[in-house]
Formats: sequence, C-alpha cells, structure tokens
Amino acid sequence: MDSAPSTDRTDVGYLPAAARTLMKLVVTGPFGVGKTTLIRTLSEIPTLHTEEAMTQSSTLLDDTAGLPEKTTTTVAIDFGRLTVLDDLVLYMFGTPGQDRFLPLWEDIARGALGALVLVDTRRLADSFAVMDMVEEQGLPYAVAVNRFPDAPAHSDEVLRAHLDLDAGTPLVQCDARERRGSIDALIALAEHVLTRLPQPEDPQPEDPS
Amino acid sequence: MTAGPGRRLIPAYLVTGGRSRPTGPALDRLAVLVRTEEALPQDTGSEQRRLCELLEPGALTVVECAAHLDLPVSATVFLATDLAAAGLLLTRPPIPSAGEIDRSLVERLLVGLRSLH
Repeated sequence: MDSAPSTDRTDVGYLPAAARTLMKLVVTGPFGVGKTTLIRTLSEIPTLHTEEAMTQSSTLLDDTAGLPEKTTTTVAIDFGRLTVLDDLVLYMFGTPGQDRFLPLWEDIARGALGALVLVDTRRLADSFAVMDMVEEQGLPYAVAVNRFPDAPAHSDEVLRAHLDLDAGTPLVQCDARERRGSIDALIALAEHVLTRLPQPEDPQPEDPS
Repeated sequence: MTAGPGRRLIPAYLVTGGRSRPTGPALDRLAVLVRTEEALPQDTGSEQRRLCELLEPGALTVVECAAHLDLPVSATVFLATDLAAAGLLLTRPPIPSAGEIDRSLVERLLVGLRSLH
C-alpha cells in the first residue's frame, strides 16, 4: 500500500505516486441519513469538504423588478478518497438528494460510476425523491439501508416492496460506521454498474466504410 | 447568460487580470495538479502562492486543493489554470474522463474492493 510521501510536512493526504486512474461515485440520500459517516468510514484521508455556491434565478418567482435577481446560497459537499488498487483511486462525494441541488448534482455526477442511495428505515418516504432524481440523471444506483441501532429492522423483501425497487436495483443493508458492510455496499453498486455495460462478446456491427 | 453588473461568485481578490474566465478548457474537479520545478516568480499572488506551496510535497486533485485552501472549486480551477499557463503547475485530466467507464475498469475496481475486505 502506498502512503503519503515522506516529505509530507502536514496532515495533507497526497495522492499515491502510482495513482493513475481516478474514479468517483456519489453517495446521496436525505439529510441525516449517514452519507458523511459512510464516507468517513471508507476514506483513507480525513473527510474534506468544499463550500459550493448554488445560484438560483428568482425571475420565475418575481418577474416585476426587471432585473435578473439571483440568490446565492452555499452547501457543503463532503468527500473522501479510497485507494482501491495501487493505481486506482475512488473518490466518494456526499451529495444532498434534493431537487434544489440539481445543478450542483449534475456537475458532481458527470462522469461518475454511479450513486449509492442511503436509506433510513424510519424515513423511507424521504428517499423516494432522491431515487427519482438519480433515475432522472440516468446514473446507475444501488440502495444501501443504513441500519441505525434504534431503527426497526426489516427483511430485504419488505424494504424492496416499500421502496418500490426495480428487481434489478441492488439493495444492501449495512451500518455506515462499519467498514466491511460499507465496502459491500460499494461492491453491490460496482457489480450493478457492470451489468449495465455492454458485454465484450456482443458483436459490434462493423462500419462498412 | 447575460454579462452585467451581477454579483460575482468568485471573490474580487481572486479575479486576476480583469478576465472573466480562465483561458483553455475548464479543469475537472478531479483533474490532478502537480507542481513543476519552475521557481515561483516574485510577483506571484498570495492565493497562487498558497496553491503552489500546498502542492510542493505531492499531487492533489482540484477538489482536494479547494478543500485544503478553503476556496470554491471554481476559484481553484481559475488559479490552477493560470498557474499551468505560467508553467508552475502541470494538470492531468482524470482517467477516465466523463463517459469513458468501461467493463475492464469496473472489473478492476471490483477486484480492488473485494481485496479491501
């Protein structure tokens, strides 16, 4: 395993020298569902965050002023990093699953492997809008039920029914504070992504030119 | 988008040379930034200097630099683009770039994730 260079004078976790391929995925879900916890569990660097500006035109709300009023708010995006193989590094971005974050969401999701949608069994309905948004983005996703200690436990079948999950969408149950189960959630997502990519043995029609 | 006296998202002190956008294609937030051997000129701005100093010990992505410097990603892209043009930084796009995820890549990811168990 590579570690930060020995010249490192700070607690900055520099990229391993062998890192060549950088991939990313989105960890999403309602507020308080454990996105940052899962990222912190998996990340090899202390979780970082950026303050991202969201500009929303309010012209639809108030068209009388004649000037394009804009409101700017910021949202903190937490992220972490996991070196999966010496040359392959995975970034995980915790992104809120609300419609009003859509432009930011699109920016972060561009080129992403897929999304892990975190669910809290006490607030299943909060996840519907998130799943809708991910589906609209065309991003492959897996659902990870974060098993809070005080939350009621349900079988996978019951949860799938309540979440109205497509049979092809993976569902895993994990504790976001625990590494093994969180890695299993990433594996479920990666396996799902693989099923959506074209098979190599599929004959590609040759371009006759 | 109309240009006008609207509110600027990037703080004024970061807007270099009065240009509204950096030259060249925008850097991805996962573009890798590497400090070159080139010495910092005397007149290097303080934000540019902070970014270069952060990168002295090793490489980081744009988004990690933004987090460490407490700057917006857009401002970090702006600084990095300028510094790359001045030969003080090298930038490398993430591989794969958007839309280039193929089976072999995901298969390697799975091998790696399973090995982390």
